[in-house]
Amino acid sequence: MSNIPTDLRYASTHEWVRPEGDGVFTVGISEHAQELLGDMVFVELPDVGSEVATGDDVAVAESVKAASDVYAPLTGEVVAINEDLEDSPELVNSDPYGDGWLFQIKAEDPEEVEALLDAEGYETSIEDE
Amino acid sequence: MPNKTVLHAKHLESKAKMVDFHGWEMPINYGSQIEEHHAVRQDSGMFDVSHMTIVDVTGVDAQNYLRFLLANDVAKLQDKGKALYSGMLNHAGGVVDDLIVYYFSTENYRLVVNSATREKDMDWLLKQAAEFDVAITERPEFAMIAVQGPNAKAKAAELFSAAQKEAVAGMKAFYGVQAEDLFIATTGYTGEAGYEIMVPNADAADFWQKLLDLGVKPCGLGARDTLRLEAGMNLYGQDMDENTSPLAANMAWTITWQPNDRNFVGREVLEQQKIDGTDKLVGLVMTDKGVLRAGQTVKVAGGEGVITSGTFSPTLGHSIALARVPASVTENAEVEIRKKWVTVNVVKPSFVRNGKSVL
Repeated sequence: MSNIPTDLRYASTHEWVRPEGDGVFTVGISEHAQELLGDMVFVELPDVGSEVATGDDVAVAESVKAASDVYAPLTGEVVAINEDLEDSPELVNSDPYGDGWLFQIKAEDPEEVEALLDAEGYETSIEDE
Repeated sequence: MPNKTVLHAKHLESKAKMVDFHGWEMPINYGSQIEEHHAVRQDSGMFDVSHMTIVDVTGVDAQNYLRFLLANDVAKLQDKGKALYSGMLNHAGGVVDDLIVYYFSTENYRLVVNSATREKDMDWLLKQAAEFDVAITERPEFAMIAVQGPNAKAKAAELFSAAQKEAVAGMKAFYGVQAEDLFIATTGYTGEAGYEIMVPNADAADFWQKLLDLGVKPCGLGARDTLRLEAGMNLYGQDMDENTSPLAANMAWTITWQPNDRNFVGREVLEQQKIDGTDKLVGLVMTDKGVLRAGQTVKVAGGEGVITSGTFSPTLGHSIALARVPASVTENAEVEIRKKWVTVNVVKPSFVRNGKSVL
């Protein structure tokens, strides 16, 4: 069973969300998602400053096996992206919840995060796949 | 129940991720297929290829039978142990399978055919043998381990007896020799030096473990695919099949036309195709971000084609592919990737040899 930290929230499409305060949230993909995809070779990230809405495809995680869309888990503005992924996309594999983060969103409504799954809910959603 | 090779437990011990491969439960990777790929290009890696089918063809008609069965001509094989790559065609000139044949004498040959096509191949081999005095014998009592990479031969040799070392000393590429309990061949599917070694089932796990202990990295089907694609080698079922002419699959070099009076299965159709012209298999190189994938449409001068195999090349750091396109193709093509058209370079279908780019 893959690691699902309990201090994060999750989308059923395998993104994780970590609150950083001030309505800013860091987003990445779960350990389970990177396991499914295999070795990452390119990560295409949104532009800083772009407005995104929940469910928009905003990034692409491309592995040796397949290209997979990454969806915005919250509505808001992209305020940072992980530029290290340009040269080291494998960080998504080696440290999906840490150095392999993708981007940060300043949420329009920080309460929206409460609509996402908790670790237990995400684990159930994986088991149902 | 899926088939399992005798090395199945060894794969699990090395934490392999197992997948179904045409009815065989095989390792796709042992953690990172890119690391496995680099191990083969830079040092040494090993693959369990025990699922492949070994077939011996013996008898007074063995040479005549294979000269009829195969598009390449086994009469070219004069040195004991010399191997030949060939397509085995159907009467419509399509590829039933591709295989390697080893020559021991005109009455004794060994074939290695694909696992995914095992049943179909055996049926075809037996059917074509009706008029010939030959025996066709599968050899499931052997496992097969491919040890590949610049340091592969030296590492494997540490496990050889004095007699085995002597048997392989100075052996050129594409030969095989039975040396005591091992059949050792200088063949492979990676574009690197190395051996493919047939080892009795009972000894296979021990042999594998000893290679592990020497630092040979276990590699799965994922790395095998990126390595063979960089080397520009076809994968049966992907780059060609029963509906594909070898002329449209970069296999023209495997067809021996001379002597003119050698009749082989598919010959008449191929001769007509040669006159009429066929599509061709080319290499594609994309240095932009993104990965070319099988099934993507390719627009070239004079028409449209399709990518048959595409991947990210770990050695080159960008994407490469094989594509079947009209023969009018020029040096550029357009590929539709995720609803966008991208311009790519058209090259000969070979990208990496002996660890180096050949682009």
